[in-house]
Amino acid sequence: MNADSRFETVIGLEIHTQLRTRSKIFCGCPNQFGSQPNTQICPVCAAFPGVLPVLNREVLNMAIKTGLALNGQIRLRNEFSRKNYFYPDLPAGYQISQFELPIVEHGELMIEPEDGPRKRIGITRIHMEVDAGKNLHEGIIGASWVDLNRTGTPLLEIVTEPDLRSAAETGAFLKKLRAIVRYLEVCDGNMEEGSFRCDANVSVRRWGETKLGTRAEIKNLNSIRNVMRAIEFEVDRQIDRIENGEKVIQETRLWDANQNLTRSMRGKEEAHDYRYFPEPDLPPVLLDPARIETIRATLPELPDQKFLRFQDQYGLSDYDAGVLTANRELAEYFESAVRAALPADPKVVANWVTGELLAFLNKEGLEISQSPVQASALGALTGMIHKAVISGKIAKTVFAHMCVHGGEPQQIVLEKGLTQVTDQGAIEAEVERILGAHADKIAQYRAGKTQLLGFFVGEVMKATRGKANPGVVNELLINKLST
Amino acid sequence: MDVATLTLTQAAQALATHEISSVELTRAFLTRIEALNPSLNAFITMDPKGALQAAEAADKRLARHEGSPLTGIPLAIKDLFCTRDLRTTCGSRMLANFHPPYESTVTARLKAAGAVILGKTNMDEFAMGSSNETSHFGPVRNPWDLERTPGGSSGGSAAAMAAGLCVAAIGTDTGGSIRQPAAMTGITGLKPTYGRVSRFGMVAFASSLDQAGPMTRTAMDAAILLQAMAGEDPQDSTCLNSPVPDYVRAINQSMRGVKIGIPEEYFGSGLHPEVRLAIEAVKEVYQGLGAILVPISLPHTQHAIPTYYIIAPAEASSNLARYDGIRFGHRCENPKDLKDLYARTRAEGFGAEVKRRIMLGTYVLSSGYYDAYYRKAQQVRRLIAEDFARAFREQDLGVILTPTTPETAFRLGEKNADPVSMYLSDIFTINVNLAGVPAISLPCGFDTQGLPIGFQLIGRPLDEVAILSAGHAYQQASHCHTITPGGKA
Ligand SMILES: [Zn+2]
Repeated sequence: MNADSRFETVIGLEIHTQLRTRSKIFCGCPNQFGSQPNTQICPVCAAFPGVLPVLNREVLNMAIKTGLALNGQIRLRNEFSRKNYFYPDLPAGYQISQFELPIVEHGELMIEPEDGPRKRIGITRIHMEVDAGKNLHEGIIGASWVDLNRTGTPLLEIVTEPDLRSAAETGAFLKKLRAIVRYLEVCDGNMEEGSFRCDANVSVRRWGETKLGTRAEIKNLNSIRNVMRAIEFEVDRQIDRIENGEKVIQETRLWDANQNLTRSMRGKEEAHDYRYFPEPDLPPVLLDPARIETIRATLPELPDQKFLRFQDQYGLSDYDAGVLTANRELAEYFESAVRAALPADPKVVANWVTGELLAFLNKEGLEISQSPVQASALGALTGMIHKAVISGKIAKTVFAHMCVHGGEPQQIVLEKGLTQVTDQGAIEAEVERILGAHADKIAQYRAGKTQLLGFFVGEVMKATRGKANPGVVNELLINKLST
Repeated sequence: MDVATLTLTQAAQALATHEISSVELTRAFLTRIEALNPSLNAFITMDPKGALQAAEAADKRLARHEGSPLTGIPLAIKDLFCTRDLRTTCGSRMLANFHPPYESTVTARLKAAGAVILGKTNMDEFAMGSSNETSHFGPVRNPWDLERTPGGSSGGSAAAMAAGLCVAAIGTDTGGSIRQPAAMTGITGLKPTYGRVSRFGMVAFASSLDQAGPMTRTAMDAAILLQAMAGEDPQDSTCLNSPVPDYVRAINQSMRGVKIGIPEEYFGSGLHPEVRLAIEAVKEVYQGLGAILVPISLPHTQHAIPTYYIIAPAEASSNLARYDGIRFGHRCENPKDLKDLYARTRAEGFGAEVKRRIMLGTYVLSSGYYDAYYRKAQQVRRLIAEDFARAFREQDLGVILTPTTPETAFRLGEKNADPVSMYLSDIFTINVNLAGVPAISLPCGFDTQGLPIGFQLIGRPLDEVAILSAGHAYQQASHCHTITPGGKA
């Protein structure tokens, strides 16, 4: 915890989200990864002389969608600018971005941090820009190679106000934002693979101070956990400096996850002068308000709305509703399971999803989309418990089987002969047999050792290989033992 | 048939009637180029093989009575248009061995119309210059006087045209680079409205000002070429999608009652008396055709040069950042590290004028200077555009008439030591680029040294019809455009 009785932490974020468009932002090349270097490129990607950018309308739609989901104002006239600097992975010598007139301004996101109450975080701006290529150094001596496949990938840069006050708040913000871009299907939110990248501006100031402290910009944060760890380290580092009478220097620092520390990358004086100016190859983007309304109408239900609906419609707890709506696929999984389970109680379905299923997926490191247990199967399983076709215990066996082999629970129960026996006569016969074999225990029971009921139930269940309906077994045993 | 004086209209007629074949015509020009280019240096790269192939294909179309007025017409193309697999240098050492894997929209359209590309013409390096002396491939000489410049930056196209080395030529105009050399070589040169012609595949100098246009013997020929070049292009977002009128059909409009604006700012003390005299004669021709001369004012004219020399270098400094020695073009030998690769590649690959403009542009965009220079220049640019709009609107003008250049062709080397006096050579043409309006330069006589003089007609945005038809009317009433340097070259 960074909480310090004398210092307040102030954090602002810059998040780069790679958009999942079919083609790149300014040319027709496919927007996909994993190909051989420099095979997904064209003269526009490589900034050959005389070629021109043409804006992909899909990028514009995704930017508007994201802006609306974050409650931002869409600028009806926005423009692209050039950010000029030399680097081999930047073929034109400038990045096409937005500077003075971004597409979205004045957005917000509500977060529910673990260390405090629900809180509004301001979104300063969201702008469209183009990603750079990659310089390759590994395994090459005396040279570097450049792979331009990533050049031209559309990005949305989301910039927050310095409203975050702790690593926990920052973690909550990033989780929420990532859920939203995934809900919108604009970005896959994969931080490890760099499709959702975060830089954090961190500073500290004495409580009561209204002026912001000198900030350090921290880069190379490839997971939410690393963002939080880096903030914690950086806050301690800055407080130590101030306590030791040193100044915090405005600089860019890199997070080293192995050594658990940040180190200086470049100072303010080494910062580039980007010489921004309006991109003359692209006319200003003029948006029709009707187009924005059309896009607004296509917005999916977002996490907050879904959370409320799940509570309302399914009677879920805060916890279950929170877990199930944190991820759109999980929420969809839950709802299809509920449909398949009808008329079983959705709360029971929620327990299975947040309990057994997530425990299994976490253990195996699987995403919900990779679950071997289909939503319909889990729903059917819950339905079978509800209809007393199988017991909860058998259900766990069937679930474990599905985790390995997949399949439909009805089929598995049939094949393995796991159907619960609710037939009074059949169970009664088994009960009689067990009682007949344990006359001594019956005497003890009748003498007052009633906890032996559990023993008898266990024996009957064992004998029926768990298929007997435990309610019926209980009832029969109590009746017979008390007579 | 004397191919040296052929207009495009005449050549198309001769081809259509099979009086001459495209192969014969092409061979005749290739022969002339071989003979005359060593003294003119108008071409950087010749493509005799490609030209003859295109000519043969054109002859087949002509034999079937197919094709367009451009089918089989030999053209010279400024070496700034990317031509697939044909070297495109932009007059620079940086691109001395660059073979584009794609075709510019302009050359693609001309080729589709059946035109024959003879070769690529010399130009100021990256189109930065007014005398063709900044070319890595040496200066072009003016066919009217080999000691003089043909103007720039489309000097090679202008010289080739004037010397009869092609039927027509294509140039580009960022601050006057079609019109100024057209005036200095006695030909017709049209800069269309910004966005009328696609910039795709044109090596960029200043993106918000660059525009391609025809360089021809007559306004009629310019109309024919513009027809093929103009129109929407999905590869250029700044290219306008307004419909393209039938320029040829519209060219015979009468001048009777047409109001011609005469801006006082263009007739100040910087104007050479002989040029002034020639323009007076043009006014009389138009009055004789029934046009009405209206004195007007374009009050922000004086700010054009400083405004241009902020905006154009700013865009150029960014546009030329891609020449880093990594993917194409010149690369220095044995770079020590990345900085060395950048520094030496660019130091070796660019000439002095290009470096001067990159530095100027970098400076005006720098943090702390942006507002004082670039932003202010953009504001002035809007005022200059508003000057034209107001004059056209309030006076109900058809066209505006001005001199194209303050003086006739100057001597090679004369202005090299003083960039500002060189920049002033474009003082009457630069406003037009800043305002984005169309303008045409037409020959209107000679000074006492026998050097051509040109005048300029400026139109409303997208009103190329007005300037083409006014130019055509003048050329119907005069014969300056028919005079060629003859044996001089
Ligand atoms: Zn591409």
